[in-house]
Amino acid sequence: MIRHHLILRVITKMLIGPIMLFALYVQFHGDYSPGGGFQAGVIMAVAFIIYGVVFGLATVQQVFPPWLVHKLLALGVLIYAGTGVVSLFLGYGYLDYGAFTPDHPEHGQHWGILVVELGVGVTVTGVMVAIYYAFAARTPAISDEDW
Amino acid sequence: MTGIAMTTFIDIVLFSMLVATAIAIVRMRSLFAVVMLAGVFSLLSALLLVTLDAVDVAFTEAAVGAGISTVLMLGTLALTSRSELASRPAGLTPLLVVIVTGAALVYGTLDMPNFGDPNAPASTHVAPDYIAQSPAEIGVPNIVTAILASYRGYDTLGETGVVFTAGIGVLLLISGLRRRRREEGDEE
Repeated sequence: MIRHHLILRVITKMLIGPIMLFALYVQFHGDYSPGGGFQAGVIMAVAFIIYGVVFGLATVQQVFPPWLVHKLLALGVLIYAGTGVVSLFLGYGYLDYGAFTPDHPEHGQHWGILVVELGVGVTVTGVMVAIYYAFAARTPAISDEDW
Repeated sequence: MTGIAMTTFIDIVLFSMLVATAIAIVRMRSLFAVVMLAGVFSLLSALLLVTLDAVDVAFTEAAVGAGISTVLMLGTLALTSRSELASRPAGLTPLLVVIVTGAALVYGTLDMPNFGDPNAPASTHVAPDYIAQSPAEIGVPNIVTAILASYRGYDTLGETGVVFTAGIGVLLLISGLRRRRREEGDEE
């Protein structure tokens, strides 16, 4: 257990919550303000990465195990492509979101964009965290004096 | 008028800082400092994109360029070395190549329409249709999101596929999944 870097550890714990909240805001408020799935996915990944950087790879992998990350990687693409398949089955074109509420196409567009952006966000979070895990797992433990 | 002068002033300040950062990156030997300066470079680029009113792109640049890239570069640094080897002084050839390429790029910009020109090809093709019809067809205030996720939904699906493929590629190359499988194979 690391006993130093007290300020870093306290500040990190304080920041992770707001970072995740901000990621969700960027994710689901992307229709109204700048941002969307790509940005939200990166910000969400940053919350896990900063936890890993400060508390160590083993700790963050207890919270967000690698097998789950690898599943999320594919899940996001499936959500996106699946949205298109659903609209196909409803008798509309691929990724034509008007299919979800035929009597009010605007609402369907809204839902479609929300779901599709969620897919993007999930994949981007997974990829960013997976790449971080891949790099960090190879990194030898560095003593603080070396930096 | 003062608004335009202010924008020009901000542009000049940001570009000078960008150039200064780039020169510092080239001249430094400590790779840790170089990685930090690369983050600064990304943040300055993000600010420039904000002055161009491209907030969505600026957001991405700040999050990916300054955030994730810095962490990954630090991870790479920890795997390799923390200072750059002294390089031999290069001859005149690189300088010549850079000057010729730079001159060609500047020459290329002479043909381009001015910034914000309403008659530019980019503003006359499909953009007016998107701007005019997205409130009625999509009903989403952020037109960037409407274009990205609905009008260009196929493109974005492809992009997500690219991100996914890149992630899989990195996992296969460096996460040691293959090595683990081979070790398990040896035990059998």
